[in-house]
Amino acid sequence: MRTALTSIVSGVLFGAGLALGGMTDPARVRGFLDIFGDWDPTLAFVMGGAVIVMAIAWRIVPRLAEPVFAGEFHLPTKSDLTPRLIGGAALFGIGWGIAGLCPGPGIAALVIEPAAAAIFVVAMLAGMAVVRLFEGASS
Amino acid sequence: MTIPGFPEAAPLAGLAGGILIGLAAAVMLLGLGRIAGVSGLAAKAVGLGGSGIARSGAWMFVVGLPLGALIVVLASGGLEASFASPRTLAIAGLVVGIGTRLGSGCTSGHGVCGVSRLSGRSTVATLTFMATGIATVAIMNALGLEVL
Repeated sequence: MRTALTSIVSGVLFGAGLALGGMTDPARVRGFLDIFGDWDPTLAFVMGGAVIVMAIAWRIVPRLAEPVFAGEFHLPTKSDLTPRLIGGAALFGIGWGIAGLCPGPGIAALVIEPAAAAIFVVAMLAGMAVVRLFEGASS
Repeated sequence: MTIPGFPEAAPLAGLAGGILIGLAAAVMLLGLGRIAGVSGLAAKAVGLGGSGIARSGAWMFVVGLPLGALIVVLASGGLEASFASPRTLAIAGLVVGIGTRLGSGCTSGHGVCGVSRLSGRSTVATLTFMATGIATVAIMNALGLEVL
């Protein structure tokens, strides 16, 4: 119950932030990536605001014996730079550039342009399923 | 407020939105001890691996995203947005889905949570997807491919 409540609060805040910051408008996102053309720096402010708040949150983590609503921290521990990481990120960036949508705004946009967002989200889940299929259930 | 030379930019709304996103990720981190990475949580919600969170929690987060956006839409009286054609959206979605699973994250997990933690992997991933995103838009513009 605490997990569900905390998760939905996080999701609602996240979705509101995406919409307020203009990230649910693919034109604004592509405008940010268009540094050689008509550049729109808005997304830099979104990233900056989010990173500053999270940098503070990371400094609080070592002072907590455990998370406020859960038994222990589950944080990424990998530190190796693999071809898989870099290749995956490169592919993701291409998809991001093509339509101006990444996963969060794609899902949040379901209330803004339902049909268009649904196509993106279903295709994204299909892409995730493809990776799962090729790798088995191990990853 | 506008920035001289960039009449389209909305720096204050962007910053406010970013702070909300940061708070959202902080709630997930300090509340549940987990990374608010949308691609991992979405994968988990539909049973495709991803985050180690309980599946119900992943669903709650994913459902919260459009709810939060809806609040902003209702409060602001509608948001401007232009989307690509169905075919373009399908291709982009597929590539994003494959890329985020292979790359273990997207703009939220790597870009916000990882970069703010000074994670080397996340910083490299973020620089990589920014670079290929910029290159993709530049190449499409050079080819005259208008998608929006």
